Amino acid sequence: MTVVWATDEADYFDWSEPLAAGRIVQDDRIAPRVGWSAVVRKGQVLTIVDVGGNQSGDFLCYSAADTVERYSVPDTLAAQRNAYLVEGSVLMSNEGNPLMTIVGNEIDRQDTIGGACSKESNTLRYGHHTLFHHACRENFLREGAKHGLGPRDLVSNINWFMNVPVEADGTLGIVDGMSAPGKRVALRAEMDVLAVISNCPQVNNPCNDFNPTPLRAIITEADA
Amino acid sequence: MTEDIGAGRRAATGTTFQARDDARGRGETVVETMPWLPPSRSPHAPAGVAPESLVWAETIGGPGYAHATVARGTRIRLEDIEGAACAHVIVLNALNTAERLNMADTVKIPWQAYLSTGHPLLSGDGRVLATVVEDTSGRHDTFSGVTSLAANVARYGAGDIASATPAGRELLKQAAAKEGLEARDVPPAVSLFKGVTVAPDGTLAWQGGAGAGAYVDLVAEVPLTILIANAPHALDPADDYTSSPLRIHAWTAGASTEVDPWWTATPERTRAYLNTQQYLLARGIA
Ligand SMILES: [Zn+2]
Repeated sequence: MTVVWATDEADYFDWSEPLAAGRIVQDDRIAPRVGWSAVVRKGQVLTIVDVGGNQSGDFLCYSAADTVERYSVPDTLAAQRNAYLVEGSVLMSNEGNPLMTIVGNEIDRQDTIGGACSKESNTLRYGHHTLFHHACRENFLREGAKHGLGPRDLVSNINWFMNVPVEADGTLGIVDGMSAPGKRVALRAEMDVLAVISNCPQVNNPCNDFNPTPLRAIITEADA
Repeated sequence: MTEDIGAGRRAATGTTFQARDDARGRGETVVETMPWLPPSRSPHAPAGVAPESLVWAETIGGPGYAHATVARGTRIRLEDIEGAACAHVIVLNALNTAERLNMADTVKIPWQAYLSTGHPLLSGDGRVLATVVEDTSGRHDTFSGVTSLAANVARYGAGDIASATPAGRELLKQAAAKEGLEARDVPPAVSLFKGVTVAPDGTLAWQGGAGAGAYVDLVAEVPLTILIANAPHALDPADDYTSSPLRIHAWTAGASTEVDPWWTATPERTRAYLNTQQYLLARGIA
């Protein structure tokens, strides 16, 4: 018997609206625990909605023209000299080029140091009984395979709506989120990018408030 | 370049016999940045290490790069000889290089962003690839160290490997290529000998280095491929491209065991070593 922890529908959900004006090109509801991917063309804006509140959306993006060029935590953090992502942060590639810019953000700060959960890392963090729990790395591998990507192409990622403070002594960890139903982040593509989201299935820490809920992903394009 | 690198015209090379004599006459030249073969010949062998146990002895320039595949249980010492080295390091499981350093897991799982003695370098597969078993520097960065070609062109005017100011990533790509790997096998690295800390507002605060002679010892917990680039840190405040040589020694020492304090330092680390141990047991390696 497989017990699936998630909430697909609830009265408190807020599906919200795109954070950018313009024509809707694509509009998807991402069920709890599953992956999603799409190409966001240069100039288009991807709005991600935290429908149920404090639901981590694990995120990677790649140059659609050449996926060897992909999101890089070190390049992004070095460029802005700060460990947290906020409005105006530019998501940099491993070749030092802008992939996307955060043009809208409704929570204090976004995480990019906590990484994705995996079945294997769950065994370290929460015990070997958690090996069977579904995880983001599973979604990234499955979603990436649709685009020819494999484990060599998985790198440290962004966790939209997740909260990872760093203490003065270097202690860091995932704590209760600062988001709420309907909160959004909006990303403008600076080149054609392949965006991949894992709607995080984690149920052993507060990154999803111990209750995975849906996300909404909307791609908009400014009216010509 | 006026530096003596052991090169340049020395004698007549007009005939094949002259050219051969000239080439062979260069063979015993000694410079600072070179490998020592056999490694037991290294004049800089670490104190307390039997020269015959050395498996790798090499000094790379600042800037420079190195790479090797070593047996499980190999202890690798990286030394910042003059104080301006910054070693950007990537480790991969040589048995399956798709398993490689995962910087996020390396800080998240020990609940600690700042490296020190006992810190595991973790893969994305829940295993320890290598352990920091000694650290006299204490100045390292897990967030932001490696520069790109574009960043170095913008800052120094050039970043190619043929330039005087190569980018860390360009050097790591070369090291990867020599190990049969590609650009997509160069994930975020850990940067040793130049420290960065995170302020409460998230600002990355430059801590600089610990001075000449600081070293870090890594022990390979699996058959290990290691890629090393020595190049300035992305946040180095120096106006000029500043880099000095990095000394590498590796010797047979034995992998970590249950009696090592880092094995039992936290429950997360214990399970990481147990996962690694089981992986090797199943392969008949340990
Ligand atoms: Zn997750």
